[in-house]
Amino acid sequence: MELQTLTYLVVGFTFSVYIGIALWARAGSTKEFYVAGGGIHPIANGMATAADWMSAASFIGMAGLIAFLGYGGSVFLMGWTGGFVLLAMLLAPYLRKYGKFTVPEFIGDRFYSKTARIVAVICLIVASVTYVIGQMKGIGVAFSRFLEVDYGTGLLVGMVIVFFYAVLGGMKGITYTQIAQYCVLIFAYTIPAIFISLNLTGNPIPQLGLGSTMVGSETFLLDRLDQVVMDLGFAEYTTSARLSTLNMFVYTLSLMIGTAGLPHVIIRFFTVPTVKAARSSAGWALIFIAILYTTAPAVAAMARFNLMETIQPATATENLKYDERPQWFKNWEKTGLLKFEDKNGDGRIQYTADKASNEMVKVDRDIMVLANPEIAKLPNWVIALVAAGGLAAALSTAAGLLLAIASAISHDLLKGVFRPNISDKQELMASRVAMAGAIAFSGYLGFNPPDFAAGTVALAFGLAASSIFPVLMMGIFNKRINKEGAIAGMLTGLSVTLLYVFQHKGVMFIADTSFLGDLPANWFLGIEPNAFGAVGAVCNFAVAFAVSAVTKAPPKEVQELVEHIRVPMGVEAAQDH
Amino acid sequence: MSFKSESDAKAYWKENVGLMFKLLVVWFAVSFGCGILLVDVLNEIRIGGYKLGFWFAQQGAIYTFVVLVFVYSHLMGKLDRKYGVHEE
Repeated sequence: MELQTLTYLVVGFTFSVYIGIALWARAGSTKEFYVAGGGIHPIANGMATAADWMSAASFIGMAGLIAFLGYGGSVFLMGWTGGFVLLAMLLAPYLRKYGKFTVPEFIGDRFYSKTARIVAVICLIVASVTYVIGQMKGIGVAFSRFLEVDYGTGLLVGMVIVFFYAVLGGMKGITYTQIAQYCVLIFAYTIPAIFISLNLTGNPIPQLGLGSTMVGSETFLLDRLDQVVMDLGFAEYTTSARLSTLNMFVYTLSLMIGTAGLPHVIIRFFTVPTVKAARSSAGWALIFIAILYTTAPAVAAMARFNLMETIQPATATENLKYDERPQWFKNWEKTGLLKFEDKNGDGRIQYTADKASNEMVKVDRDIMVLANPEIAKLPNWVIALVAAGGLAAALSTAAGLLLAIASAISHDLLKGVFRPNISDKQELMASRVAMAGAIAFSGYLGFNPPDFAAGTVALAFGLAASSIFPVLMMGIFNKRINKEGAIAGMLTGLSVTLLYVFQHKGVMFIADTSFLGDLPANWFLGIEPNAFGAVGAVCNFAVAFAVSAVTKAPPKEVQELVEHIRVPMGVEAAQDH
Repeated sequence: MSFKSESDAKAYWKENVGLMFKLLVVWFAVSFGCGILLVDVLNEIRIGGYKLGFWFAQQGAIYTFVVLVFVYSHLMGKLDRKYGVHEE
């Protein structure tokens, strides 16, 4: 069957499954809309968390970036998994014990202040909207390829679908839908990886294939890859660090603490029945995530190898003729994400590290995972499956994030602060309007995203890392931090990070408005903007401690609240709020 | 609060933080240690086609993280029972 028809079928089928589940489990009450009525099993919750967590950045973006960064791409692998260790030990059990709907609600209560709650809402919205921009990039890439249109049109189609999808159901729909989405995305990710690993190394397990020898040769795959890329003047794959050791350290830390501070992931731990379940649920989520994250390095290395071998074969004496380029090449050219320019006019493709003679003028990193099965000449149904998986990843995360944004606005701002008497129905309405607004806004910025999908998402993590994580952690582990400290800390962390990002990436990520330019020479200690969240977090901690030390200690009942959340026993059932 | 005494509550929290700290040392060692700071040294050693430092950064750290979370979950369950603050 033809590829496009097959893709329509597979994508159409998976979508009807998700929508069917969403309709079947349609959110009735406000409570269900947010936290799925409590009482979801840790394994099921872990799977849903994994789908929520693994977005277009993980599925579509990450392996493509690693393919070109090599060892330097490890920051994403360690950062986006290591954060779960922090989440499981530092936050999840305590926030579950506390047991409310949203993260700003906890911050508002712990720091006995409506202002703190409003500041938390602002931090949450800034981080989540940035995150959604990254998803929009991924969705745009997937739809542009799948419909064979340019990126902008693909993005518009994606926005409409996300709108219907996220506004239709609430968390309850989403929890079951996300389990289905996890299954689709993990199959879609691992099956092509298994095929490609078998083809190249004869080992069906990609994690082992990456460390094996090539079929019919004594040379290890990674050694061969190092050789191939270095011959063309690129940096050695297995050793090239991302800018510097310090930058890698800070980048990894930023992604880790950002993971633990992202509201749409934290909110998932409110849905399990007990504190014990919250702890183990984090472990299950991490297992489901690790399946993809340990496969990704193999996908990355093998995709890079196949790409190089196809476009610039090391064994051939002459370069590939442009007229004889493979079908996938032509398809991706239509999206505008892959561009060739015949600089020396010989009608052949030269792909080198040298900017002056390199004729592959644009290879968008976000196309690699989707193009990978085509480059490796896998059967059409595998390619269709990957498209469905990419969309599942992007949709599930976008929906989870939009829900977090919606609940922050309707539940925390409207009901919690400005309009306490609002009815359930009005609250639900407000959250749907908020979702629509967030989709339109982030979609608009998605036309010119600040970075590739994974890079944009990394920015979002930096923002969450610098603003939300520190106050949550201090709120649990230190009784002395008071409202003045927390508010000052959040504002400092967010503004330090945002200012640094804006001055290099442009105000609201509009490139022309960056006042220092995105140039390594202007970076503080050589730390790139995507990695700056960790520095912002340090500022947040320092300011919060300093301010708390010179202001009044929190009242007695708040100190008792902290004592209360530190003990697992006596947890309220999630249904009882 | 359901501890038998104030000192029990203090001891429980102290053990909890102690356990967390030990596990976080491992967390730091496999990722920031082996994967970033010591990567060049470890890359001298090879397991199959993997340079060891590279392996930690792209595989080993992740496997360790999974184990850490389950170890934490299990040991905290034991600690809860020891102090009688576990859930039914």
